[in-house]
Amino acid sequence: MSHDTEPAGPVFTPARKAELEALAAKYPTRQALLLPALWMAQREHGWVRPEAIDEIAAELDLTPAYVRGVVTFYTMYHTHPVGRHFIQVCTTSPCGMCGAGDVVAALLEHTGCGELGATSPDGRFTVIETECLGACGFVTPMLIDDDFLESVTPDTVPELLARYP
Amino acid sequence: MGYPHPIHPKETPLLSQHFGELDGSRRGGYRALGQAVGMTPEAIVDEVKASGLRGRGGAGFPTGMKWGFMPKDDGKPHYLCCNADESEPGTFKDREIMRWTPHALIEGCAIACLGIRAETCYIFVRGEYTEPGRILERAIAEAYAAGALGDNVFGSGKRIEMVVHWGAGAYICGEETALMNAIEGKRGNPRIKPPFPAVSGLFGMPTTINNVETLAAVPPIITRGGAWYAGLTLGSPKSTGTKLISVCGHVQRPGTYEITLGLPMRELIFECCGGMREGRTLKAVIPGGSSVPIMNAAEVEECVTDYEGIAAKGSLLGSGGMIVMDDSTDMVLQICRLARFYAHESCAQCTNCREGTAWTTRILERILRGEGKRADLDLLLDLAENMTGKTICVLSDSCAAPVVSGIAKFRDEFEAYLSGARAPLAVGA
Amino acid sequence: MADAQVTLTVDGMDVTVPRGTMLIDAARQAGVVVPHYCYHPGLPSPAVCRMCLVQVEKMPKLVPACVTAAADGQVVHVHSPEAKQARKGVLEFLLINHPLDCPICDQAGECELQDFVFQEGQAGTRYGDYPKRFNPVEDFGPDILYVPNRCILCTRCVRFMEDVAEAPVLNVSERGDRAYIGIDPDHRLDHPWSGNVVDLCPVGSLVSKDFLHKARAWDLDKTASVCPGCTQGCNVTIEARDEVVVRLRPRTNPEVNRWFMCDAGRADYRWMNRGDRCEAPLAIGDGRPVAHDWDDALTTFASLVGESDGPAVVLFGRRASSETIGWMLRLLDGRRTTAAIQVPEGPEAALAAVPNLALRRERSPNLHGARLLGADADWDAAIAALGGAALALVVDADLSDAEAAAMSGAARVVHLATVADPRLTTAALVLPVTTMAEEQGVYVNRDGRAQRYLPARTPPGMARPGWWVAASAWQRLGADRTVPATASEALGALPAFAGLDHDALGWHGRVLATAAAGRTR
Repeated sequence: MSHDTEPAGPVFTPARKAELEALAAKYPTRQALLLPALWMAQREHGWVRPEAIDEIAAELDLTPAYVRGVVTFYTMYHTHPVGRHFIQVCTTSPCGMCGAGDVVAALLEHTGCGELGATSPDGRFTVIETECLGACGFVTPMLIDDDFLESVTPDTVPELLARYP
Repeated sequence: MGYPHPIHPKETPLLSQHFGELDGSRRGGYRALGQAVGMTPEAIVDEVKASGLRGRGGAGFPTGMKWGFMPKDDGKPHYLCCNADESEPGTFKDREIMRWTPHALIEGCAIACLGIRAETCYIFVRGEYTEPGRILERAIAEAYAAGALGDNVFGSGKRIEMVVHWGAGAYICGEETALMNAIEGKRGNPRIKPPFPAVSGLFGMPTTINNVETLAAVPPIITRGGAWYAGLTLGSPKSTGTKLISVCGHVQRPGTYEITLGLPMRELIFECCGGMREGRTLKAVIPGGSSVPIMNAAEVEECVTDYEGIAAKGSLLGSGGMIVMDDSTDMVLQICRLARFYAHESCAQCTNCREGTAWTTRILERILRGEGKRADLDLLLDLAENMTGKTICVLSDSCAAPVVSGIAKFRDEFEAYLSGARAPLAVGA
Repeated sequence: MADAQVTLTVDGMDVTVPRGTMLIDAARQAGVVVPHYCYHPGLPSPAVCRMCLVQVEKMPKLVPACVTAAADGQVVHVHSPEAKQARKGVLEFLLINHPLDCPICDQAGECELQDFVFQEGQAGTRYGDYPKRFNPVEDFGPDILYVPNRCILCTRCVRFMEDVAEAPVLNVSERGDRAYIGIDPDHRLDHPWSGNVVDLCPVGSLVSKDFLHKARAWDLDKTASVCPGCTQGCNVTIEARDEVVVRLRPRTNPEVNRWFMCDAGRADYRWMNRGDRCEAPLAIGDGRPVAHDWDDALTTFASLVGESDGPAVVLFGRRASSETIGWMLRLLDGRRTTAAIQVPEGPEAALAAVPNLALRRERSPNLHGARLLGADADWDAAIAALGGAALALVVDADLSDAEAAAMSGAARVVHLATVADPRLTTAALVLPVTTMAEEQGVYVNRDGRAQRYLPARTPPGMARPGWWVAASAWQRLGADRTVPATASEALGALPAFAGLDHDALGWHGRVLATAAAGRTR
C-alpha cells in the first residue's frame, strides 16, 4: 500500500474488477456499488485519489462530481494522503469524560505527529480525533488502520505503536 | 450478561448469554429459522406482534406492526435492512451481538425476510466496526455453507440473500432513510417521509428496516412463542422482553447489560454496574444514547428502566445507551462536546440543523472559554426551539435535547462560567 | 372514487386545486406566497431549506408546504405566529454566515434572501463576533462564478444539473456547516443550458460573469420578448439599463420553455447595442449617398418598386418579423417574387428532462412564420435568382461576400438595413430599419405558436420597422391605401393571420390553427 501522491496503478485491476462484478450481482443498481468501490480504492492506494474517482465514476456510470459529493460526505474516506498508519481516537463525550484526551496527547507525543490531522515527519502515522466509535464502555477505543483497539491508556500507547512499524 | 463482566443476578441473559465466549461465532443451530420456513409470513408477523417486541434502535416502534405494513402480493421485490450503524454516543450493544452471537442476528434477519416476503437483506455495518463486521461476514459465509441462506433455505425452496454493506463514517446513516441512501450509493441524507419505507424504501421498493438487537431477539420469539416474550416484563405491559443496556461513563463496571424491561434504574447502575467510582456520587444520566434529555440524580432514583418509565421522567429509553456521570463531571463541557458531535455529523440538508448545530456549539464553547454573555442561555434555548421539530430528521432535535435539559437541570454550572466563578477552559477556536 | 379536486382554506381563502397539488402551489393559487428557497416549480422538491413550513390545523408539527399535498378540508395558516416564528428562525440561521455584501452583489434587488428578510426577518443579529464562514470565489464555467460565502445550500443548481440537464457536474460537498457546492476540477459548468443555474440561484451565489457588476437590478427596464436565437421561440425578458441591453433572461412559458433558456440565446444580445447603426434613409445619387427624409425616401422606394418590371427577389434576415415579411411581400404582390429567409444552422442542444425543448438547428425565430407568409424559397435558390432580377430587396440579412457580390446581378437593389453594408455598391436606397429589440412584432415558432415581442429600446435616429417601410411604399403605389397604425394592425391585415390581434396572443402566444397543420418537423 502506498500512501503518497506519486502516480499509482488503477483501482480496478482484473482481480478487483472481478471482485466488483461479483458484488454487482448482489445489488439491483450499479450505483449501489459506490461505497464498496471507494473502499476498494482506499485499500489499493491508501486514500481516494482523484484518478480513482474518475475511474470509479466511469466504472459505475456516474459523473466524477457526483462521486466527489459522496466521497466528501463519508469521513472515513481520505481525500488526501495520510500516514502509513491511520489512527482514529474516539473523544466523544463518554470517552472524553473518562480520559480520552490524555490518550490523544500521548499519541501525538509518541507518534511525533505533533498535531491532530498532521502526518508524522517519518510518514508513519496520522492521528485524528473521531466521533463516537461505539465502544463507550471500553475507554479509550481507537482504530489503527483496520484494527479496533479497546481500553487504551496513555501508558499502553508506546507499546501499541511499536506494533505498527 | 454485563459483558465484559460476569452475569449479574439482576440481569436476564437472553441475547447476551454467550457474550465473551470465544467459540460464539461458530454457534448457530438455526432451530428458529428451521421452524420459520414452515410458517406463513402472516404467522411469523403475528408471533412477533404477540411478543410486544419494540424497535431497539431508539424509536421503540412495535416491530410486528412495522412488518405488517409491508404490502402483500404486490409483485415487487421487498428488502430487509438491518441497521448495524450503531453510532449513537453511549451505545455499544449491537457491537457485542455481532461479535459474539452473529448467527443469532443472521437467523433473526432470515426470519424477518420470511415475515416480510423479502429475499434480500442488507446489513449496514458502520465502517468503524471493522472487527464486528468481519466476524459477521464470516458468519454469513458459514450460514450459506450450512444452507441457512441462499437459494433454497433448508430445502424449503425459499431464497434469502444476505449482504454486508459497509458504511464509511457518518452517524446520520443510522437514520433509516439515510441508511438506504448510503446503500444506494448516495450521500447519507435522510429522506422526506412520506413515502415511508414500507411503501418506497430501498431502491424504491417496499422495505423494512430494523435494528440489530431487534432482529436478534426474533429467534427466541419464534421458538418460545410471542406470549412467552410478552411475559418478560417488570413494569409496563407495553415494554416487554429484555433490553441490552450499554452503560458507560463513571461507573465501576461499564459494559453491556441485559435486563428485563422495568428494572429500576438505580438497581442497574448501583448493583449491576457496581455504582459510582470510588468516592463519587451520581450526578446525571443520559439514559438512551446522547440524543435524549439528561436526567438528574433524583430522577434516576425513581426511574423504572422501560419505555414508559423513562418517558415519565422526561427522557427516553432510546437505544439503551446509558451515559452515567458522577459529581466530577463538567456538564457544560459534556453538553458542548455533544453539540460538537452533532455539528460534525449534520448532513447539511436542513438549514436549521446545518447552521443551528454549529452555532450552538460555538456559543457553548464561548461560555466555556469564559467569554459567555448573560443572554447566551436564552439564546441557546431559543435556537433549540428553532431546531426542534423543524427538520427532515431528528438530528437537530437531538442536539437541542441535551442543551435544553442541561440548562434546565444544571443551570448553576452554566451560570458559574458566565459569572467567572468557574475557571475558563481552552476550547474551540 | 376519489374526487379529482380538493378544496382547502389558506389564510382564510378557499381554494380548489387538483388532488396531489402541493400546499405551496395551492397557496399561490389562493394568492398567498409561502416564502421558500429550495422549492422551484421546475425542480423536484427536497424540502431542505425549511422556509416553507406552514401550520396545518390538526397536524402536530409545522409541515413543509413544498412536499405536503393539499387535502380536502385542510385549514392552512401560512402567516400564523408559529409559522412566522419558524421562518424567522430559518432566516436567522441563513444569515449567520451570509455576508452583508449586498452593495456589491449582483443579486441585490432581486434577491430572495433580501426579500424575505425584509418581509419577515428580524433586525440585527444575535450571532455576535464570530467570523463568518469564508471560502474563495470559484470559477465554475465559461460564464459562471460561484461565490460560496453567499450560498444558502438550497441545492437548486445541483438539482437542475442532475434532474433537468441530466449532467450532474455539481454536487454538495462535505457536510454540516462546512458544506458547499462542489464541482469536479476537470469538468466545467459548460453545458449548453447551464446558465439557468444563475437564474435559479435565489441569492447572489451563482453569478454571470457577463453581467457581473454591469447594473443594479432596480435600474433595469424589463421587456417581454421572444428569443430570436432559433425556431424554439423561448420566451425571454430583455433587460436594459439606460437603453443598453445588459442581459436576456428566460420568461416562464409552460408550453415552450418552462423556466429556462439556453446559453446561446442568453449570450446573443450584443448586436442589439451596436453603435454603428443606419440612422437616416440614404439615396445613392452620383455615386455618393445623400440623406433624405422618409417622405422622399419612401417615394423613391415606391417608384423603384413601381418602375421595376420583372422578377423580384427578397432576402430576409433571420430575425425578420411576420409583419415585415408579410408587408414586404404585399408590396411586391402580383409579380414573380422569390423570397427567402436566412436560416443559419448550428448544433442542436436539448434540455434533457424537458420534452420538446432544445436549442434548435435552425437558428431563426421565424422560419415557420416566413413559410406561412410565402417567404419559403430556398436561400441559395433566392441568391441564384438575383441574376436577371428586376428588383432585389435585402431586409437586414447577413450576406457572405459571395452573396453580396451576387447582388450586382439585380437591376435595382434596395437595402433595408440596421447596419450599412459597403459591399452593396449597387444599392440605390438604404433605408434604416429597427431590430427586433426596437419594435413590436410576432414570431411563429416551430410548433406554429405565434408569440409577440415588445420593443425594449428606442430605435436609433430615423429607423422604422420594416413593415412600416413596406406599407408606406405600398400606400404610395395605389389609391385608398392606408398604412397600419400599429404592428398589431399590420399583422391582422395579413391573410395568413386573418384578423389576429397582438393582444389576443397574450403573454404566452397561441398556436395558429393554420400553422399547426403545416408544422415543421
